[in-house]
Amino acid sequence: MTGSVLFDAPGPRTIARHRLYTALTAAAVACGLAGVLLFLDAKGELAYGKWEQFVTPKYVRALLVDGLLKTLQMAFSAVIGAVLFGVVFGIGKLSDHRPVRWTCALVVEFFRAVPVLLLMIFIFYTWGIGDGFGPYWSVVLALTLYNGAVLAEVFRAGVLAVPSGQGEAAYAIGMRKTQVMTLILLPQAVKIMLPAIISQCVVALKDTSLGYYIVAPGLTYIGKAMWTEFPGTHLQTAVVLAFLYISVNLVLTVIATWVQRKFVGEHKPLEVGMTALTTQASTIP
Amino acid sequence: MEDVFSHFDLVLKAFWLTVQLAFLSGVAALVLGTALAAMRVGPIAVLRWVAATYVTLVRNTPLLVMCVFVFFAAPNTGLLTGAPYVLKGTIAVSLYTAPFVAESLRAGVNAVPLGQAEAARAIGMTFGQNMRHVVLPQAFRASVPPLASTLIAMTKNTSVVAVFGLMEATARMRYFVNRNADDTMLIFVLFAIGYIVLVELISLGAVGLERRWRAAR
Repeated sequence: MTGSVLFDAPGPRTIARHRLYTALTAAAVACGLAGVLLFLDAKGELAYGKWEQFVTPKYVRALLVDGLLKTLQMAFSAVIGAVLFGVVFGIGKLSDHRPVRWTCALVVEFFRAVPVLLLMIFIFYTWGIGDGFGPYWSVVLALTLYNGAVLAEVFRAGVLAVPSGQGEAAYAIGMRKTQVMTLILLPQAVKIMLPAIISQCVVALKDTSLGYYIVAPGLTYIGKAMWTEFPGTHLQTAVVLAFLYISVNLVLTVIATWVQRKFVGEHKPLEVGMTALTTQASTIP
Repeated sequence: MEDVFSHFDLVLKAFWLTVQLAFLSGVAALVLGTALAAMRVGPIAVLRWVAATYVTLVRNTPLLVMCVFVFFAAPNTGLLTGAPYVLKGTIAVSLYTAPFVAESLRAGVNAVPLGQAEAARAIGMTFGQNMRHVVLPQAFRASVPPLASTLIAMTKNTSVVAVFGLMEATARMRYFVNRNADDTMLIFVLFAIGYIVLVELISLGAVGLERRWRAAR
């Protein structure tokens, strides 16, 4: 892989030199880690009292049920919505009718270029507050729009990645446009898209944490409640929150890799840039 | 809406802070990301593992949690207590963006066809010459589009520091929305356009660079 591009297979002297470097860096890394631990210990951050709440059943339950579960629910609802949004606008961008194509492209571009947090605040203050639908659905709606816009682009790339001969053959045997899309292109595109959709779940899951700003339920909400109740435990809480997010996201990544191998094979995963301009320049062949 | 236009200097100031944050974080993330990428493609296994661990851990942590570390947890241990908020924001955003930069660069190195490096070695180029004349120029060119994507995402991500008390564009929008409940839609569109302009500027710059640097394949 990379190694073979950049350097020759090392000879005996180089191997010996690399061994020396390895030993030196390993020592440096070990010293660095030990230094951090000693520093934290000296500051009292490693004391049992500061971690006790994370092994207390009441708080563990709050973290897992009110925190993690709510976060997963929000991310899941958002991804379902995003897939629907993505299918509609992805097909829209492939439409033969110019007004439809342009409208869809404009909507998709807009939601991809605007920060999720800005969108979330806007939705919350316009429709979520008071008698509105509350912070939970504000987060879900904002994430649906943003991730939907990204998935629309993934979806378009997925349909375009199906070999063009297949669509042509379908037209040649007399299928109509809808039939070609639903019977030939869509099923294959979905297969190619699956890993990208799962990867997008990681993005959605991470972005649910932004609900903190509009007091939406979820992991960061529980985190804030915990460091308010146990003052000075920001570090410990942040470590636990990061651990939970990382664990779930790693599971998702493993699933995405497995799906890629199982359903897509050797093809590279679909990658989509942040805006139309850069994607067009580097689009999938 | 008159409220916004009579205080338009606040809007401009907010976007200026966003631009500053994006620029500072961008430079820091590029430096750190390049170092990470170099560690990941280098011959020393330990460094490869360290870089890979950092990339995996940080890529799967929300930026908000990174900000909690920088804005709350670090001061608890006596670090960064007197640091200005812009510096803290830059640290959080650049630490978070560096892994994505590293991955973009690494993809660029991988995009160089193996045969070219082999050909360079075959005509007797040393490792240094090979890197300087053959591999690196193409790697940088190939990483322009993914790097631009990363930088654009980073620019949008600077909005997260609004949560931690920086009056950049997103925080400023919330301020105006709070004061003018009737005009939320127009205020949102105004601030959204500001971000879109920033994003399109980066994007146009990247397309320009890419066009100039396109390698014949």
